[in-house]
Amino acid sequence: MEIESYLHIGFLFFFSGAMFSLLPGQKTKTYIYILSSIGAAGFAVFGLYLLFTEPRNMFSLPISSVFDFSFCGDGISGFFILVISILAFAVSVYSIGYTRDLDNKGLMGFLFNIFILSMYAVVLSGNIITFLISWETMSIISYFLVTFDRDEKSAKAGLVYAVMTHIGTAFLIVLFMILYRYTGDMGFSGIKGLSSQIPEDMKSLVFIFSIIGFGTKAGIIPFHTWLPRAHPAAPSNISSLMSGVMIKTGIYGFIRISMDIMGPGPEWWGIAIIVIGAVSSILGVMYALMEHDLKRLLAYHSVENIGIILLGIGASMVFRSSGMLALSSLALIAGLYHTLNHAVFKGLLFLGAGSVMHATHTKNMEDMGGLIKSMPYTGLFFLVGSVSICALPPFNGFVSEWLTYQSLLLGFKSTSITSKIISPLGGAALALTGALAAACFVKAFGISFLGMPRSCHAENVKESSLSMIIGMGILALLCLLFGVFPGIVLTIIQPVSFMLTGSHGMAYKGIFIGISETLSTLSPAAILITMIVMSISTLIFILTVGRKKRIIYGDSWDCGIPWLTPRMQYSAAAFTKPVRMIFKRIYLPTRELKVSYLVKPFFVKSIEYSGEITPFFEKYIYDPVTGFIHKLAGKVKILQSGSLHLYLAYILITLILLLIFGT
Amino acid sequence: MEYFQFLIILMLSPLIQGIIRKLKANMQGRIGPGIFQPYYDLIRLLKKDMVISGVTSWIFKATPYIVFASTAAASMIVPVITTKSPFDVMGDVIALIYIFALGRFFMALSGLDAGTAFGGEGSSREMTVAILVEPMMMLSIFTAAISAGSTNIARIAGSGLLFSPSHILALSAFMIAIIAETGRIPVDNPDTHLELTMIHEGMLLEYSGKYLALMEWAHYMKQMLLFTIAVDIFFPAGISNGTESLALASSFGIYIVKILFMAGLMALVESTRAKIRFFQLPSILGGAFVLALLSLLTYIMMSK
Repeated sequence: MEIESYLHIGFLFFFSGAMFSLLPGQKTKTYIYILSSIGAAGFAVFGLYLLFTEPRNMFSLPISSVFDFSFCGDGISGFFILVISILAFAVSVYSIGYTRDLDNKGLMGFLFNIFILSMYAVVLSGNIITFLISWETMSIISYFLVTFDRDEKSAKAGLVYAVMTHIGTAFLIVLFMILYRYTGDMGFSGIKGLSSQIPEDMKSLVFIFSIIGFGTKAGIIPFHTWLPRAHPAAPSNISSLMSGVMIKTGIYGFIRISMDIMGPGPEWWGIAIIVIGAVSSILGVMYALMEHDLKRLLAYHSVENIGIILLGIGASMVFRSSGMLALSSLALIAGLYHTLNHAVFKGLLFLGAGSVMHATHTKNMEDMGGLIKSMPYTGLFFLVGSVSICALPPFNGFVSEWLTYQSLLLGFKSTSITSKIISPLGGAALALTGALAAACFVKAFGISFLGMPRSCHAENVKESSLSMIIGMGILALLCLLFGVFPGIVLTIIQPVSFMLTGSHGMAYKGIFIGISETLSTLSPAAILITMIVMSISTLIFILTVGRKKRIIYGDSWDCGIPWLTPRMQYSAAAFTKPVRMIFKRIYLPTRELKVSYLVKPFFVKSIEYSGEITPFFEKYIYDPVTGFIHKLAGKVKILQSGSLHLYLAYILITLILLLIFGT
Repeated sequence: MEYFQFLIILMLSPLIQGIIRKLKANMQGRIGPGIFQPYYDLIRLLKKDMVISGVTSWIFKATPYIVFASTAAASMIVPVITTKSPFDVMGDVIALIYIFALGRFFMALSGLDAGTAFGGEGSSREMTVAILVEPMMMLSIFTAAISAGSTNIARIAGSGLLFSPSHILALSAFMIAIIAETGRIPVDNPDTHLELTMIHEGMLLEYSGKYLALMEWAHYMKQMLLFTIAVDIFFPAGISNGTESLALASSFGIYIVKILFMAGLMALVESTRAKIRFFQLPSILGGAFVLALLSLLTYIMMSK
């Protein structure tokens, strides 16, 4: 078959999925997701083809003499199509069960399919106008999905999202105008060919605008504020897509503009990206640690992981600027590997959170507990996701973080003293991030799934339906496979890094991966096999040495109190208290203690405690700005009095002024 | 022979624990138990029945195996008596730290599994200490890795580095990391059984019998492994680069002397320091982070 036919199959299935959803009747609506999953499979094959073939034009529709509607693909698009398809496939399967109890199945099915199509459109766009239209479609459809649950919170989250994303788009429009101004071409390939005509300072301006524009979509700090609001507000299958792949379109855009089209830039570009990455990853995970809302916690982790991706990409840009292409390729591989991994494990975790919420009807982990017994599969898959996101071997997050460490460490080969110092510090930031993430997921998994049920929500819960379990199971399996067989993933990524840097990088493939420059090797498969062998031999050892095999089940140690209640368990707030105390300069925690007495001061009737952290960026950056705009709007309102006569007067005055100054 | 060097860690780690306890007792004017006591303890525990809380899930039962197996896997990566270690392709020093993190992750989960406040407290504190220790440990290893040009432990050890200002700074930071990672005074008190001051012991509170034996043994192994990494990275002199039996024997002798020195140092620190309050830890561990940072800067400025 022709390559394009897979594209057509994919498009056809998604499109018919969207159309079938609009038909009246609710019964069969959940099965349209089967169509979506076939569509995703079609796109996955198409993406794989794109990786290993020459760049090509798919479709071109001339609209006017100035521009045409054009889609074309190359290796970079192919990689991102593959990432989107993997998650879209699993989420489609999951949605069959998840959407069964939804009120508005038709609307959901329609938006779901169009949303995925719009993401494909973004990464396949061949010129400026097509890109902006696809980008806007994606933003608006996702806005509708954020506000899908019609409550006040979702509406507010949607508003913040809409405003932020359009500010980002505004920067992108200016960016594209600059590119067009200097090259006179609309197509990406044309701009790339003429990019040497852009003056250096304009290039830097384009770079800064691409950080703001695409960074807003990707959720880097300080443009992240919409992310922890919008992602949890959407239904969980959508949160999974948004956090897993939609924010990656920001990474795609950044790579396309700042690395592909503009070519190697000065060194400070890369250093800036490393610093932004380090700050985003540390602050993202720190805020995540303080969240007790399961989905908000995961949303903050997206900020963190985007930071980790940027560490790799930044290192790649540093190396590229000084012509060390092999190292640049390695660092880019690290970043892209993490892009793929994050899509898989974050998608999985959001689906897991969706299952938990579906069963317990709460997002607050302080109300959960003991779920691993009632929801064994969800528990297992959530654990796999947690281990992966904490970058623990032998799962996938570990491999990409290992590659990121290696590329940052190789920064000492750079000639400039700045990158020599910044890169290892980026490595230390990654270590801090890793430790914080581990603490965060011990909390997230331990408090929600282990121990005793903390409230009536967590009692008598049922495991999710089969399709939801399969959807999560696919992703959990991929977490393991991408971790144990990194060689396969490198085969997929190397065409992209080769395209951008002209070097294959030094990671050699197979059951081992290794960096020839540092002679460091890694084999997650060997680690896994060793651990399995060790576990089995330990088991045999225990059975031979230990005589009796009796296990007595008793109560937990209770210090002699007659019974332990679920309320005596360690809570999520208590678990994170030491971190809150140690990093209080960052968190700026506030606490309120209300004690009411029967007889003061001895007989306490009730104690009420509430503590929260100050959302620094909202309070000190966004609130002043929005406050100023509100105030300004209030002043401008005077002009708009509602009197028709006054408005006519304005028109007259404007006309006169124009007549005077217009000539 | 080189295939089995990890067995040295596996078999001798309880002995090192026994020696540290004996030295500590002697320094504190006590006679103390014999140096083989940890072996007796492990055997005794292995033969006992287990009492497990009814609240726990499969995580609680899987954790001892994961912790033990991951520590054993880590010990295969580390060159003990020869740098011709056949298993070092498995991973490097970064992988090693993350394998430790895997064990810690599950240990902390098992602390939360029984639904008691003590377990949760232990988990919370352990993860907090890890947050403070990990960047510092990584940074101090980076200095050694950069100067050796590799993160592969055998290559760092084989590069035969001598003491230089940056190494001394990195070593000091790494020593503090070892104290924190092994749960020793002044960070944690390994002998305490007062629930409110426990960190590491708090997480193990619900374990008994065979599982407790595995967890304890893994802890001894981790301690000896950290000592071994320290001597491999910071004073590798004497480690054999080949596989001839005579060279291995002398390398083994030198290794034992070095490890005994480390054990003595730990006992000395524990006997002369008092445990500090939990919330004073950031100052000591933050200080160690500054040391590690200085060591890196020193290396970059002075290239040695």
